[in-house]
Formats: sequence, C-alpha cells, structure tokens
Amino acid sequence: MILLSVRNVHKRFGGLHALRGVNLELEEGETVAIIGPNGAGKTTLFNLISCEDSPDEGEILLDGHRIDGLPAHLAAAHGLARTFQNGRVFGNLTVLENVLLGAHTRLHGLTDPGSRLAGSVLAALREIAWSIIQPRRFRRREAELTEEARDILSLFGERLIPRLHQPAYSLSYANRRRTELARALALRPKVLLLDEPTAGMNPTETEEMTEIIQTLQRRGQSMLLIEHKLDLVMAVADRVVALDAGEVLVSGRPEIVRSDPRLVEAYVGRRGAGHSVPDSAVTLQKQA
Amino acid sequence: MWDQLLNGLVIGNLYALTAIGITQIYGVAGVVNFAHGSVYMVGAYIGWMAIAWLHWPLVPAILLVLAGSAAIGLLVERAAVRPFARAGSTILLLTTIAAGLIMDNAAQIIWGPQTQALRSPLPQWQFKLGGGTVSFLDLFILAAGVGTALLLHLFLYRSRAGWAVRATAQDREAALQMGVDVNRVSSLSFAMAGAFAGLSGLLVGLYFNNIYPTMGASATLKGTTAALLGGLGNVPGAILGAYVLGITEAFSVEWLGSSFRNLMAIVLLIGVLIFRPNGLISARRALNPEPTAGTFIPHGRPLRFPRWLLPAVTVSAMALPLFLSNPYPLQVLAIAWVFGLMAVSLNLISGTTGQISLGHAGFVTLGAYASAILTSRLGLPFSLSLLVSPFLAAAIGVLLCYPALRLRGQYLAITTMGLGEAISLIALNWEGVTQGPLGISNIQPPGFFGYPIVSPAGMYLLAFAVLLIGVWVVHRLSRSHLGRALRAMREDEVAARAFGIGLARYKSIAFGVSAFFAAAAGVLLAHSYSYIAPDTFTFALSIQVLTMIILGGRDNAVGAVAGAVILIALPESIRFLGEFRFILYGLLLIGMLRFRPYGLFNSAT
Amino acid sequence: METILELQDVNTFYGAIQVHFDLSLSVSAGEITCLLGGNASGKSTAMKAIFGLVRPRTGRVFLAGEEATHWGTPRRVAWGLRSVPEARRLFPYMTVRENLLMGAYLRRDRRQVAEDLEKMLDLFPRVGERLDQVAGTLSGGEQQMVAMARALLGRPRILCMDEPTMGLSPLWVDRVLELIQTINRQGTTVFMVEQNARAALQIAHRGYVLRHGTVALRGTASELLDNPLVESAYLGGKVI
Repeated sequence: MILLSVRNVHKRFGGLHALRGVNLELEEGETVAIIGPNGAGKTTLFNLISCEDSPDEGEILLDGHRIDGLPAHLAAAHGLARTFQNGRVFGNLTVLENVLLGAHTRLHGLTDPGSRLAGSVLAALREIAWSIIQPRRFRRREAELTEEARDILSLFGERLIPRLHQPAYSLSYANRRRTELARALALRPKVLLLDEPTAGMNPTETEEMTEIIQTLQRRGQSMLLIEHKLDLVMAVADRVVALDAGEVLVSGRPEIVRSDPRLVEAYVGRRGAGHSVPDSAVTLQKQA
Repeated sequence: MWDQLLNGLVIGNLYALTAIGITQIYGVAGVVNFAHGSVYMVGAYIGWMAIAWLHWPLVPAILLVLAGSAAIGLLVERAAVRPFARAGSTILLLTTIAAGLIMDNAAQIIWGPQTQALRSPLPQWQFKLGGGTVSFLDLFILAAGVGTALLLHLFLYRSRAGWAVRATAQDREAALQMGVDVNRVSSLSFAMAGAFAGLSGLLVGLYFNNIYPTMGASATLKGTTAALLGGLGNVPGAILGAYVLGITEAFSVEWLGSSFRNLMAIVLLIGVLIFRPNGLISARRALNPEPTAGTFIPHGRPLRFPRWLLPAVTVSAMALPLFLSNPYPLQVLAIAWVFGLMAVSLNLISGTTGQISLGHAGFVTLGAYASAILTSRLGLPFSLSLLVSPFLAAAIGVLLCYPALRLRGQYLAITTMGLGEAISLIALNWEGVTQGPLGISNIQPPGFFGYPIVSPAGMYLLAFAVLLIGVWVVHRLSRSHLGRALRAMREDEVAARAFGIGLARYKSIAFGVSAFFAAAAGVLLAHSYSYIAPDTFTFALSIQVLTMIILGGRDNAVGAVAGAVILIALPESIRFLGEFRFILYGLLLIGMLRFRPYGLFNSAT
Repeated sequence: METILELQDVNTFYGAIQVHFDLSLSVSAGEITCLLGGNASGKSTAMKAIFGLVRPRTGRVFLAGEEATHWGTPRRVAWGLRSVPEARRLFPYMTVRENLLMGAYLRRDRRQVAEDLEKMLDLFPRVGERLDQVAGTLSGGEQQMVAMARALLGRPRILCMDEPTMGLSPLWVDRVLELIQTINRQGTTVFMVEQNARAALQIAHRGYVLRHGTVALRGTASELLDNPLVESAYLGGKVI
C-alpha cells in the first residue's frame, strides 16, 4: 500500500525554482533515500512533506489524505515525525522531556486543537484546567508514556538511559541526534522523516546509527531519509531517489548510485567541462 | 487644513531626525536601540544648558549638542551593545532599555525631575502662508531636517565611511571580507545617530518651549514607529515614515483631540508590525530573519534547596505579622508580594515560553480597571471581583495579543510594549467608562463578606495568599505537559511545531494565564491604593518586573519572588538608594546579563 | 615553489559538531589550488577558517610564512586575501559600480583603482553594461562576474573562491572557469573550493579532496583527474 505520495510538486523562492515537478512514493514499511548534491532541493522537499512550507503546485498525500499546505503542527497529528539536519533537540529540556514531547499529540483529547473558535477556546481552557488539577487518569497517562520513552531510549543501549534527567545541551552531539530520533519515534509516526541522521558523526557512531535504522526497518517503520553518506544509503535504502537542480534525476535500486553516469556527473561534475562549449558560448568568450 | 499639513511636516522632520538614527543602528547592529530617546533627551539638556545657563547663541549650542550627544551615543554602544554583540538581538534590546533607564533617571537627579522652560533664541516673527502661519522656528526645523537628510545622503553615498556603513548594513560578513572594520562602523553609526537624536531633542525642546527628563520615551516610540513604517534599516524609508507619522498625528489631533496624538502613533506601530513588518514600501512579505532557537538568554537550572527550607520560609512569612509591631516592613513586603505575583506571571511568558514581553503593565492596568469599574459601577463585592476581573483581563489581553503572537524576538517585544501603552491610552481616552485622565478614585478597600481589610497585616496576608495561589498554579502548570510544551517553544519553535505544538494556541495559553495573575496583582493594587489612573502602571513597571525575573532567574518561581523582594525591599531599606532605584535596576539588568545571565537563583548547569 | 597560504592541523567546531579533523593544506604562489569534496565535507568552513570568520579550536594558519592564526578578518584582508564568497554575497542594494569599488575599499590609490576598474570592464564586458544597475537584480552568472571583479579590484595576493560554479548554467560554468584561468595567468594565486571536481581540475594545478573534514586525497590536478578514488571519495566508497 502506498503510504506517502508526492505528486508533481513545484516550489519557487523568488527567482529560484527549487523544485520542478517532483514525484515520489513511499510504500508501507519501505525505506526510501533521497540523495543529491548541495542545492538539489532535498531539504526543500522535506520541508514540504513535513508541512513546514507549502508547495506552489502539486499535492502531497499521506495515507490518502491531502496534507500539503496544512500547518506543521497538524501534520504531526496526521502521523508525520521528522528529525532535523543538525539535530534540533530542546536544549534546556531533559532527555526524558524531549522524548515525552515527541508524544505530545498522543495525550488523547487533551491537546486537540479544536476546530472552531469557540471549540478551540474551550479546549485550551480545559487543557489549562487539567494541567493544574492533574487528575489521576492524567498522571497515569504520563506514567505510561514515561515507561514507553524508556523503552524507546533503550534502543540506544546504555547511551541515553543513564542520562535520562540530564538537559539535552549537556549531551554529546551524537547523543543529541539519538535523543532527536527517540523523540520522533515517541510520536509513533506512520512516516518517519530523517534528515541526515548521521551528519557530523564519526564512523563508529555512523555504524551504530545504521544498525538502529535497520532495527526500525525490521519493525516495519516506513522511512524517508536524506543522507550524504552513500555507504549508509546502500546499507539501508530499499530505493533511492536522486535529485538534481530540483528534479528527480534517477530513481531505483540503491546500486544505481555507483553505476548511473548521470548521477556520477551530478556529484563529481562533467568530464571535459570547458571543452565542449556550445557555439553561442564561444562567441561570448571571444568578446571576453 | 494647511496648518495641520505644515504642523505635520514640522513634527515629521523632528521624528525623522530620531528615526534615521534608529534605522541606521538597526542596520549595523541589528537592534532597535531603546536608549535612543534617552540620548535625545540628554541632547536637549545639553542645548538647554548652553542656551539658558551659558547664554550661547543657537549655532554654537547646536554644535555642542551634536558633539555631546554623539559622545553619549558612543557610550551606549560601548557599554550596552558591544559587550553583548554575540548574545543576540533580544538581549541587546534589554541592555539598551537598561541604558535608557539609567540615563533617564540620572537626568532626573542631575537636572531635577521638573520641566524646564526652554526659550528659543531665534527671532519670533512669523508670516501667513495659505491658510496657516509659519514661524521662523518652523522654517529652521524644516531646514535642519532636510539639511540633515541631505548631508546623511551625501555621507552614505559619497564618502568611503558611508559606503562601509551601507555595506555593513547589507551584508556584515561580506563587508568584513572587503576589509571593513565593522566594529568601527558600528561606533560611527551610534555616534552619528546620537548626534541626530540630540539635535532632534533640542529642536523639540525649542518647538514646545520645554524639556523634561522623561521626554525620551515618546521619542523612542515615535522614532521606532517611523523606522518600522519605512522598514527597519532603510534610511529614506525612515524619513518617509516620519512624515507619514507626523502628518497622521497632526490630522488626528485636529479631528479627534490632542489626547489622541500618542494613541494614533501606537495604532500605526502595532498595525505596521502586525500587517507589514517590513515596512510600507518594502515588497518583501517575509520577516527579517530572527533566530528561532535560543532567542532569549541561556537558561540555568533552579538551585536546589533543602526540602524543609521553602515550607519553612513560607510559614515564617505567614507568621511574620504576629511578631512585627511596626507596620512599615509589612507594607513594603505586601507590595513585594504583589510584585512577586507579577514576576511569577511574567515568568510564564518570558522565562518558560521565552518571549520577551515589555507590556506586562498593560495586563496589570486591565485588571485594576476591570475591578475598579466592576466594584464601583456594578457593585460587585471585592471577593468576586478578585476572581472575575482577572478572567476578564485575561480574555481581553489574549484577544489583543493574539494577532501579534506570530511575531518573534524584538518584533514581538516592541509589539507588547505598544499594546501595554495602548491599554493605558485607551484608559485615558475612553472617558465614559474610565473617567479618562481623572482616574477612578474611592475604590473600596479589599474585604470579604462585608469585612474590609484595612490593616497592614491584613493586606500583607491577602497579598501573600494570592501570591501563594499564583505560585502554586504556575508551578503545577510548569510541571505538566503544558510546561513542557511551552519550554519546547522557547527552545526551538520549528521543532516544537513539528511535534504538534500549535504556536498560536500555546502562546495564547501562556499569555492568558500570565495576564490572569498580572491582572490579579492589578486588582490588589487598585483596591489597596483606592485610586487608579491611566498612568499608574507604566512601561517602567514592565521593565521593573522584567528585571526581577532576570535577577532571580528565569523559569524559576522562587527566583522571581526573591527577585521581587530584593528589588522592592532593597531601595526601601537603604534609604539613599531610593532616589537611585531605577539606576540600580538598569545597572542590575546590564550586569546580570553580562555576568550571570541565568539569574541569582539558577545555576549554570 | 613558495608556499603562500598554509593550514596546519586545524580542528574546527560548530558548537559540539567537529567539522575539521587535523586539516592541513598549503597553497603555492602563482598556482590554482582547488579544495574538492562532496556535501558537508567541510570545504566552505575551511574557507571561513582562512578568512578568520570561524576560529579553529586548535591548529594554525600561515600567510606567506607569517602566523595569522589570531588575526581578525580585516587584517587578513589588508594582508591581501580577497574572496568571492559562496553565493556571491554582493551588496544587494548597491549598484554594480559601488560593489566593485567596495572591493577596493582598503586601497588609497584612487587613480590606480580607476585604471583597474577599466581593466576589469575589459575582462568582464557584461559587467560594464550593468554598472549602474542594483546588484540584487543581476542573474546568477552576472553576479559571479561582479563578485570576481570586486575581489580582483582589491589586487589580491590570493584570490579565494567558494564554489564559483555553483548554481550556474553549464554555459556560465565554462565562462567562469576560463576567466579563473585567465586571471591566474596574469599572475594571481587562486584558491578555490569546489564541489564540481572535474571542472575544477581542468584548470587547477593542484588539488585536495576533503572527506568528513579531513584530506582524503591530494596531488597534482592531472593525477587527481585520472584517479578513480576521487569518485569514491565523493560517492562514499572506500578511499585507501
């Protein structure tokens, strides 16, 4: 079953046409890697899928529902969770609080945005009242979620469990990235969006993260990831979509990364640049 | 018609002289300089001394003003801006506010709080033009404004230093790579802006024939409004904005009455911030980039106390009236408890949620007026009003703030300041309900079930009880998922939103609960003073409360109350400090932000 | 050949993230040296470290043998570093002429500057047509020309270029490369950071390939051009 589909999406920033008709599909349980050189539009695409920004044209569907153009906090309620390029944890919150925050949309009924004005005012008042009174049902829910958060964190072995009550800013960079991933998992996402999960990590840490992503795959988590370390892409991706200059350049099995000449060219550059100059350019150069 | 237009143009020129400085400083230093009005005030006093004491002619007096206020501008940059350059723009906003506070109050001590007459040494003749009269001073101001604008234009476009200023404002890092010493550019800009502000101050003094130590506040407000109208950082825009503001004001004074002058400016300020934050003439829709993460100050963690300490302090505080025969300390502490309540409530916005609010006095005013009106007009008993008025105030407060909640950093801070001012200006102008400038007097003393509380001990206990309720509620909130959500917004709005935290909703919650308790403090004060007026709770109060939480520690209820007690009790107990109270606040604000930014009752880790 | 710029064992951090791991490289006077590497390899940060816009936690920077580790950016510029920054970074509201003259900001020889400006207009005729246009309205390729001319007007001892071909159409890529070569032949040392390895190596004398913040490969341009490991360095294969 197709879980997420991006259909003919365009995005412009001023004069820059950042995405030019991108199509993408993610099956349930699948891992798709988005690769491409700097400025190819990967993060722009991610921002559109996570509703951080809205496309100028085209549509994005999650589980059959249009989500493009929704406010970002509603995308979370639809079951999208993401990590960020450089690990945006909440620095002054503890590891546990960070993960619990990931479950914010799962505090049933309490954090509902409310659809109409009167409804949303009442919902907000109720949320305030409950937070002050903290009835038993409410505390039980928090306790359950805390247990769950511990479970999620134990995915990283002994890396985070002993640091449960430390503020996130005191963690090492790799641990921040782990906390961030745990936070995203606490949302129980239908689709998990990973933006360079191993950026800035050393080879050992990268290896560890690769294994964790594989664990998630075995649990059936559907994932979309942006990654520059192509060894990681090869190890985890079911399919690869390569973007270049806002377009899908190639897509297919991960092996294409090393074999498709267009992709090699996009990364390393054209062979014979400066020698295959079109006629019009020659005349320009003569002027110069 | 002609008169208003001319009047608007003259006033517009005066505003332009402050607005170009504000806009230029924003361009190179990235901060709306809240000390700008104070430099303007000092300039006016320098000119006054030269004219009234030394009997200098106008031209040398102006030269002295230019030099003196340039030096003051430079001083602001060195003391309040340069040391905080890496701390982010919202910190700079606070340090410039502190610098302004220090200057305004130093001026009161040096030159006295009273208004000084400033007679223009210019010839007094005037002539008719169209349907209006033009005086020599009008012409002089027009010439000064236009002349300064032309000179500034020549400087910016024809001189090497001017190019460096423009390049730095457009792209600081690229300017560095051209070899521009951006620190010197920043000094130069503050000096120039200071000189223009001082000139403006002197001319305003000549125009209205008087000067006073707090005259800078409205200059900052008008200059900022004009600069925002033109788009911050845009010099020609600021001049245009100043004319728009001057002429709008002149006509609204003609049609609505002179008390509407400032309200009109505030309406323009809030309007432009909400609808066109990049100014009237800018095509860009997006906001200027403001950092999303860590816009406020680094947060420490609350100090840990032995378990018994806080209950022990609470019980002894409750028992205090039993042991004290002298009512004076009880009265002071009662005030401190009320301020503690304001600080605890502001902490929810500025500590927990990380949004700087400069308009907390507005919520206090709302509560005070609501209760005064409900009890005097509708005969509501105090006990009921203590509950109803805060609800009413919170509802109105959230309604007013809601459109501004999508703004961030300095923009939000300035908007909250504007809203705070707007609330007292509405109280001033809505005479049918608020009795306007007269204020509401004979407000009934607080009391329950027909028993009035008039003794100092009773007031003390009442204030302490309300404070305890406030602390308890804020503490519960802050320990719940709601506190977590508010802190997450403070840390990183983008990430918080990605996890389902609707920013408008949760900021509204923070502002609403905060307004509730600030209004409760207002109710207590209104009934204990028995009199309130539109200027009872001012911008200075907002800053005072903000200083309390920066002193005590953000996101720390105990720290907020302790900060309030220190700032209220210290100047009372050490007599000579009384006069220097606000200077002390300013110095504390700058000193804390520099050396212990997480506050006394938080530790670094 | 004389070494004019050198980084020694530089370790750079952004907060907790280490960007460079003992990065060392040197640039010889009169040559074109290129620093290559894929996304997030630390290329642009290397440029910032050279200009003093980020300060390495450890390691040293030398300019013509003199230690410049603690120099501020203006001092390094005064020494003779000039940059064509990533994404050009023209002053958007200044005219093209003003942008060019900002490149000569530290020069006092006005007459000479005027002559150099004329020379630049010969070298970049397109720029001459747009002298009084506001820089923000130029196309990407035109902006690149202006940025290069602006840097050259500072009479650089080393011209540093950050991704000069990024975001340009193939036509402009070729033009820009030709111009870099011309500039170098006229005697300017060039240091360029580039993702497009094949293009850069066409014109360079020497190259370094960065991977995860450290030098993975180095050599003369012709050695690197034929070395299959360059491709692996970019695409995540094993490099030695």
